[in-house]
Amino acid sequence: MINILWAIIFVLVAPIIGGLVCGIDRKVTAHMQGRVGPSVFQPFYDVGKLFEKENAVVNETQIFYVVCYIVFMIFTGALFYAGGDLLLVIFALTLAQIFLVLGAFAAYSPYSYVGAERELLQIMAYEPMVILTAVGMFVATRSFNVADIAATTTPVVLLIPGIFLGFLYTLTIKLRKSPFDISTSHHAHQEIVKGVTTEFSGPTLGLIEITHWYETVFLLGFIYLFFGWNPLLGVVAVVVLYLFEILIDNTNARVRWQLAVKSSWLIAVIAGVINLAALYFLMGGVS
Amino acid sequence: MTYLAKSPWIIHYDASSCNGCDIEILACLTPMYDVERFGIINTGNPKHADIFVVTGSVNEQNREVILNIYNQMPEPKAVVAVGICATSGGVFRECYNVAGGIDKLIPVDVYVMGCAARPESIIDGIVTAWGILEEKRKNMPAVPATTENHHPHKNHNHTAGGAQ
Repeated sequence: MINILWAIIFVLVAPIIGGLVCGIDRKVTAHMQGRVGPSVFQPFYDVGKLFEKENAVVNETQIFYVVCYIVFMIFTGALFYAGGDLLLVIFALTLAQIFLVLGAFAAYSPYSYVGAERELLQIMAYEPMVILTAVGMFVATRSFNVADIAATTTPVVLLIPGIFLGFLYTLTIKLRKSPFDISTSHHAHQEIVKGVTTEFSGPTLGLIEITHWYETVFLLGFIYLFFGWNPLLGVVAVVVLYLFEILIDNTNARVRWQLAVKSSWLIAVIAGVINLAALYFLMGGVS
Repeated sequence: MTYLAKSPWIIHYDASSCNGCDIEILACLTPMYDVERFGIINTGNPKHADIFVVTGSVNEQNREVILNIYNQMPEPKAVVAVGICATSGGVFRECYNVAGGIDKLIPVDVYVMGCAARPESIIDGIVTAWGILEEKRKNMPAVPATTENHHPHKNHNHTAGGAQ
């Protein structure tokens, strides 16, 4: 069931792919704004630079929390690509995210606190939809195992289109893109200073960047899962949807956190629950 | 091999000038000059910054602010004084409230002339600062700062929690 080889490949290759995806993201964003933009390898230069800087920390526990953040994010992605249990993957993802929040709370700083609280709100916003996604995939394929869902012949996205839309909505939050980049952002560099990452600098900030690369690759895999029955379509969907997210990022202003939480819960209830109910009755209940 | 030159993040501070030079710094970020093509990012956070770009001269009001921003930046770091006020005090040099250029307070690595400084010369100044950053990196102690050789109050305000 669990394929260790894929887990190892994920651990080794994901930062390279994730970094390139971030670099392409910055290049496409720059072109959308009429700029030339940095090299696609810029994220690697940035992280390389961060590791050359002095490791100035406010509080030693910050480093511990950030290391936990990256370890659990790698665990999340590795378990996902190894074909493990989707529910465990989601719980590990939440745990990883909570470590980032704890890291931000570890420094006694108003900016860091605001960022940490906003990060918690973001977790609140996306969590119901992500769990509904796992349930939806179970109802559609009768399995919680990523390996089974990826190998299924059922056209998952056609059975749970509502859940797919809801997942796309929360994906914007997870990828830290406008209009939901309320805790920290990659493109706007100075709103409420820098959100959760305000009090991190040098190598510690570099680790957070690398974690974001792992997370990006994990989320791209999650999109693929909806199209698992047709690998070619899956890869095309991943590319198109990521470019779509960049477009949304560049054409939307940030919303208030109230709207982010309310709208994502509303989408989860309307698109997710109705879709799930319809599927439940059409398929004659969960056997 | 060093990445410092490929990813210099700046923080800009307008000390006490007419704001003309500060506007020119922001002009560097627009599509016209697009400094992000060099990997330059305008951060709002001294803890993420490598190059401190200051415009305007030092006076009693902003002395603390400049020192605070400078001290919060992790090593290696460089300071670029932009505009004639930042380099020498300019026409305000003899005012009763003006102490002079930025180098009266913190070590300045690059001086960019002009009133207001042209975006091209500001970019040139920041590019010059890359070389200085690399040099400073080479001269940095191999052993990271510990509680013995590190000056918490001087550098990071540990007692105050680091935010101030």
